[in-house]
Amino acid sequence: MRLGNLIKVAVILAVAATISLASFYPVGGAPWLPLTQDINLGLDLRGGVHVVLEAVDTEEAKATPDAVQRSIGMLEERINQFGVTEPVIQQQGTNRIIVEIAGVDDPDAVVRDLIRPAYLEFRTEDGTTVLTGADLSDAREALNPNTGQPEVNLTWNPEGARTFAEVTAAHVGRPLGIYLDGNLLQDPVIQSPIPDGKAVITGYASLQEANRIAVLLRSGALPVKLDIMEKRTVGPQLGADSLERSVTAGAIGFGAILLFMVAYYRLPGLVSAFSLAVYAVLILLVLAAFNATLTLAGLFGFLLSLALAIDANIIIFERIKEELRTGRSLRSAVDAGFQRAFAAVLDANVAGLIAAVILYVFAPVMIKGFALTLGIGILASMFTAQAFTRWMLHLLVGSGIVNSPRLYLK
Amino acid sequence: MFHIVRHRKYWYLISLLIIVPGLVSLLFRGLNLGIDFTGGSMVEVRFQEEVSVEEVRTVLAGHGLEQSVIQPSGDRQVLIRTGVISETQNQAMVESLGREIGALTVLRNEAVGPVIGKELVQRAIWALAATVIAIVAYISWRFDFKQGLAAIVALLHDTLIALGIFSLFRLQVDSAFVAAILTILGYSINATIVIFDRIRENTKTAKKTEPLEDVVNRSLWDTMARSINTSTTVMFMLLALFFLGGATLKTFILALMIGVVSGAWSSVCIAGPLWLDLRKRLPWPKRPAGARA
Repeated sequence: MRLGNLIKVAVILAVAATISLASFYPVGGAPWLPLTQDINLGLDLRGGVHVVLEAVDTEEAKATPDAVQRSIGMLEERINQFGVTEPVIQQQGTNRIIVEIAGVDDPDAVVRDLIRPAYLEFRTEDGTTVLTGADLSDAREALNPNTGQPEVNLTWNPEGARTFAEVTAAHVGRPLGIYLDGNLLQDPVIQSPIPDGKAVITGYASLQEANRIAVLLRSGALPVKLDIMEKRTVGPQLGADSLERSVTAGAIGFGAILLFMVAYYRLPGLVSAFSLAVYAVLILLVLAAFNATLTLAGLFGFLLSLALAIDANIIIFERIKEELRTGRSLRSAVDAGFQRAFAAVLDANVAGLIAAVILYVFAPVMIKGFALTLGIGILASMFTAQAFTRWMLHLLVGSGIVNSPRLYLK
Repeated sequence: MFHIVRHRKYWYLISLLIIVPGLVSLLFRGLNLGIDFTGGSMVEVRFQEEVSVEEVRTVLAGHGLEQSVIQPSGDRQVLIRTGVISETQNQAMVESLGREIGALTVLRNEAVGPVIGKELVQRAIWALAATVIAIVAYISWRFDFKQGLAAIVALLHDTLIALGIFSLFRLQVDSAFVAAILTILGYSINATIVIFDRIRENTKTAKKTEPLEDVVNRSLWDTMARSINTSTTVMFMLLALFFLGGATLKTFILALMIGVVSGAWSSVCIAGPLWLDLRKRLPWPKRPAGARA
């Protein structure tokens, strides 16, 4: 029995140590750190840009909900052209758009390009621009009533309709390229002359795809004026610097906490050190599983939560020491310690959680990550303190070879 | 053992001595608000060669921005804070710096419109109010209403100390500061609840002859090692982040450090003793502490 417990402890510690070592140090570029590979770094750690745009009324274009939608389509297309992976583009309120792009070399240039007006062109085979977005009055996706196939219906303004009639008459059987900001969007072939200013583009895989093209065509035709309400760009150099320095600082802070715990609480302190490592892995797992983006504030939240997570262990160990002083046996002191500390740990953590949730709800975007990691941290620390630390101490006490009270008490 | 509760007047006095100057400064000078609240631009650039603040100011004068705050922020680095300017002006300013002074790298470039700043102030106030109300409600439910009141006074104490110190020393307040204040609230309430939990338990088991004053005092000492040790471990991490963690969130960490010290102090020396005073002086409600544990 005793030997069995000891083997269990050894195996668990070995596994905990391996997983922790293999995933704790969150620096990219090391292939043997699987967990950290799956955690996206936010734009303040990789360099990037966060922009809040607001659609404003002008004489040419009103900031209608439709205009905002079209602007979003326009921005998406452009950002894709920058070759950015996983940009965030979301509408906020009625006429604001939030754009977040990480991992770009020159964030300021991206901002410049984003709010340039879109330029839509239609070019014949020889490359001549025959029509532009200014000639287009509308573009809508639809399902063809006869074939059930998705299509995009274009409506030209009177002048555009005249030109379009001429172009289609002269180029039957040849393609008419649609370009957005100089990039080929689609290359439909002219089937027959179209005199009435209405055109249909077919050949889409889904209605969604037709919608995307229609949105883009409309954006090209009618960009609404976008003002920058808020802009935060972080150069890649500063981002990399912040990440490296925070990780170093975190590692030193973490080490100091572990040393303190072992020096002060001895054997239980050592167990809590392993608990803390398990806690750290758990947090990284949750972040990776939810595909969360780790920002600088989030990283600070994580590091701070390490320090706060140890609190539950401290409360419990203080209780165990008290129970030992009253003369209880080791085993019952450990049990009573956990039991009697529970109410304090629970109440304290629920209050902390309330603050974290409110912070998450009200905080501006760049602080949300901090609130999230802090909140997840509180939940995870309750678990590691009540489950892992308890289990390990039980096994250790049960193993019988580390029963000297001097290992528990000063 | 030293009787903390019996000497509580001194602790109240010490807290007031720290809070009052800060409060005066807050009322007469206010806070040094960053662009998150006021609107404006903040650009940090690193030049390839050494550069003086005067050189930068001369270039900015060409754009009518000579009134801007210009300060060195590290090796060959300059931080420029302007009022609200357009994106075009912003870009033109950075371009001139590169053309007239020398090659540079933009480390960060932030611009906040005045509307966003106003919204942030509103949200910050809402967040503080919501936190305070939620926490009073939770403590009143789990403990008693007077403990909720005492905890709130301790929270206000910590908030005022952090705000006061930031006002006195003209430290810049940005949106991260709001997060720091809310984190301080969470931390401080954590510490207070651990103590209240012990008071709740000790009142239940105390002998009838033991004065409540002594029960509270005993509870404070029972939890003292925890109070000190938790603050110590949090401080280890904060100190490491403050000295090694890069410049961007320095004021955030500083606010947290003030909060951790103030939170530890207020939970031991203010919250517990104040609850005792509330119990003695406020007639309602009559039910004993810990009745709803």
